[in-house]
Parts: sequence; structure tokens; C-alpha cells
Amino acid sequence: MALQSLDIKQRSATTTPSTQVRQTVEIAKLIDVSACIGCKACQVACSEWNDIRDEVGNCHGVYDNPMDLSAKSWTVMRYTEVEQNNKLEWLIRKDGCMHCADPGCLKACPAPGAIIQYSNGIVDFHQENCIGCGYCVTGCPFNVPRISKEDSKAYKCSLCSDRVAVNQAPACAKACPTGAIQFGSKEDMKDYAAKRVTDLKERGYDQAGLYDPQGVGGTHVMYVLHHADKPDLYAGLPANPSISPLVSLWKGVAKPLATLALAGVALGSLFHYVTKGPNEVSKEIEDEIEKEDAK
Amino acid sequence: MIRDPKDLKRYNASERANHWVVGISFILLALSGLAFFHPAFFPLTQLFGGPTWARIIHPYLGVLMALAFIVMFFRFKHLNKMTPADKEWLSKAKNMVDGNDHDMPEQGKYNGGQKVMFWALAVCMLLMMVSGLFIWRAWFGFDITLVRMGAVVHAAAGAVMIGLIMVHVYAAIWVKGTIRAMWYGTVTRAWAKQHHRGWYRQVTGK
Repeated sequence: MALQSLDIKQRSATTTPSTQVRQTVEIAKLIDVSACIGCKACQVACSEWNDIRDEVGNCHGVYDNPMDLSAKSWTVMRYTEVEQNNKLEWLIRKDGCMHCADPGCLKACPAPGAIIQYSNGIVDFHQENCIGCGYCVTGCPFNVPRISKEDSKAYKCSLCSDRVAVNQAPACAKACPTGAIQFGSKEDMKDYAAKRVTDLKERGYDQAGLYDPQGVGGTHVMYVLHHADKPDLYAGLPANPSISPLVSLWKGVAKPLATLALAGVALGSLFHYVTKGPNEVSKEIEDEIEKEDAK
Repeated sequence: MIRDPKDLKRYNASERANHWVVGISFILLALSGLAFFHPAFFPLTQLFGGPTWARIIHPYLGVLMALAFIVMFFRFKHLNKMTPADKEWLSKAKNMVDGNDHDMPEQGKYNGGQKVMFWALAVCMLLMMVSGLFIWRAWFGFDITLVRMGAVVHAAAGAVMIGLIMVHVYAAIWVKGTIRAMWYGTVTRAWAKQHHRGWYRQVTGK
């Protein structure tokens, strides 16, 4: 549902401007991977607040549970064991929608108003307008949206847009016991991250840094990483994510070009008829056939 | 309804029905497909009972069109082999479009332009079938790169095909006496002599 208290910046499959008159503070969620203990309180809080209950599932011999995002699991902890600087490191990343400034899902979506980007940066799915085509999955550079098997609608983290609309922090941030999930204005979150990065560098993590990938215009979910030079270590977090050129081609220049070309063929045909006239059987040949018959 | 018994039979009932199955499914596919391609066409989904139904129905119509087209392809393939006369026809196609067909070479059942149309549509159909399977999420879950390529190819081949079919339909409207061949299968002898003299000779023995 559209939230009246949140201004809309972009709307899927809509070619006219959305609301622009107000200036809204850009918000962000900052996930400090170095402070995460992997307790999954955020997963539980997400399930509680959004009232979604995924299947309990099975143990796969690892901590990850559920094993992947789904229509009913909008955030999952991804646990990775790596060796860095001759030490075993247990990297735990809370995965979910990154709320890109340039969202591939919204670009690909063919249904007007099924995907909304609020002016505060949240990218929200409005399932009542979703047609279940899965183009958002095709467009997403982070492999986040999931199509429900029950209703064929796409689901993902809403950054608790309903809570944010009434000045509350997202449920996951509220539940985090170590302060690894911070929420506030994007500016404040960057400042906070800078302090964390300085601290990590002092502790010997030379490559610590903020993950706010510019290939998608920056994100409204950011990570503090101890190894910001190797985001791939964190369960395949992409180093330079951007909307695939194939998706840009498909939902970018191809749309107006093909539409104009087809309009050209249709109008060209009409005006050809009007200017050149119909191609009728010539009188001579009709006469020839008549003569044959008269014989 | 009695028509001239000397009219020439161009298509039998089964060929006509086959063509119409392809034609109807193509029109429905183009209308629903355009709706997913550009927001300007999105209201077309209302013709299918709403956008979600359009999304559900579109790929099944695609399967129907693919099957009907495959039958049609093998029916007409042998009549669409390119010959030197076709190439000559194509090199003079501009005169034809300008409305001057006096020095066009004699053509068989199909002229060079129709043959090019046949092969171009066959290539587009093949691309549509394969790329359509890649992006049919209700049944398949292909690798994301294949899905993205499928989306681009499906949109591009679809746009080209809609353009080709517009030309195909316009040609039938432009050349008077043609459309009846697809309604009830016959054309007049004068029509055949004018536009497909080689075929006229072959069927009349003149």
C-alpha cells in the first residue's frame, strides 16, 4: 500500500514524473558486519513485524537457516568461514534488499506502481499491482526479489517502510542486540560508518571500509566491511554491482526505439496507400481473361 | 454463395485454418507482449481480463502459435526456396513499391518479397520460442544471464516480428483481391496472371 506520509520519487512503468515538491531526508540502514554476532534476532524481528512465517525447513549442517531468501524470508544471515591474514574469520552478513538509488527491479518492472521508490530512498513492492512476471528478479543486481509460490507475487525487504513512515526504525535494527544494525539519515550513517572504519583500521583491518556501491547510485542499506577490498568474501557480495547492460538495453533505449519504429511502419503503410493508391489488377489483364472466356 | 467456378484455388481449408490459428494467436501475443514491453501499451492487458491474466495467458498462446507455425513452416517451406528470378524481383522491389510493376520478373506462387518475409518470420519465431522459454518463470528457472539475454532477444525479435506482420498485412490490403485467398481460398485468374504469372501458367496450363 502506498503510504501517504512518504513521498514517491519513482514508480515502475510510469513515464511521467512522480511527486517532487517536497525534500525528504534520505535514510539508510547501516549493517556493521564487524559487530554482528549472528544471533538472527533480525530475522526473527523481520518475520514478527511483517507477519511472515517461512517453513521451518531442515538443518543443512551450517548455521544458515533458511538457506536462502524467499517470499517469506526477506532477510537471511549468510555465514562464511574464510582465512585472512593467517587467521580464521567467521564473516556473517545480513543479506536482503539493498534499496539501490538506481533500482534494477523498478527499471525492469512492467506493471505501473508495482514497485515504488520513496523519496527517502526506500524501494518498496506494492503486491496489489504486481502481475508476477518476475522481471524484477531479472533486473536486480543483488538477486533479492522472490516470487511467491502461493500467489505468484514478488516479495522482498520493505525496509519496514510502514515503520519508517511513522518515524520508527526498521524491526531488524530495533531488535539487534549489539548495535550492528544502525538506522538514520544516510548522512549520519556515513559518519557513523567512518568512525567504525577508523576503529577497525586501528585494530589492524587495513582494508576496512564502507560498502555503498556507486554502480547502482549508492544504496540505502550499507555495510561496514573489515575487508572492503574483497566484498566477494561475504557470501558473494558483488564488488561492483550495477544494472546489467542487457537489462538497460531491454528496458532503456529499446522501448522508445521499437515503439517509434512500429509507429513508423504503421503510418508508413497508411501513407503509402494514400499516396500511391491500391495495387489493382490491370484492365488489360482483365480484358484478356474476358476474351479467353468469350472464345 | 456461388463464385466464379474458374477462380483458382490458392489455399485449401486446412492451410487457411492453420494460417488463422497462427494469425489470431499472433495478434493476441503482440497485444499482450507490447503491454509488458512499454508502459504506453499497458492498458492493453485489459483485453485479457487484467494484467495478471495477460501474464499468465501470454506464454500459453506462445506455445499454440509456435506449434501452429511449425506445421505451417513445413507446409510452405518448399514453395519458398529462393531462385535467381526472386533476386531479380527483389532488386526491382523499389519500383513495385512505387506502384510500377510493369518490368517485374515473372513470379511463381510467391514472389521474392514474400519469400524473404517467410524466412525472416521463421527466424524470428525460432528466436521467440527459445527466448520465451528462458523467461517463462512459471515453469522454468534458468540462469540469470540466460534470462536477461532471453528478455532482450524476446523484446527485439518481437518488435521486428510485429513490424514484419504489419508489412505482411498491409501488402495483402494493398494488393487488391488478395485477402480472399485467406478467407475462402480462391483468387481470380486475372489476379494470378497479374501478380504470380508463373503460378498462373502452372495451374492453368496456359
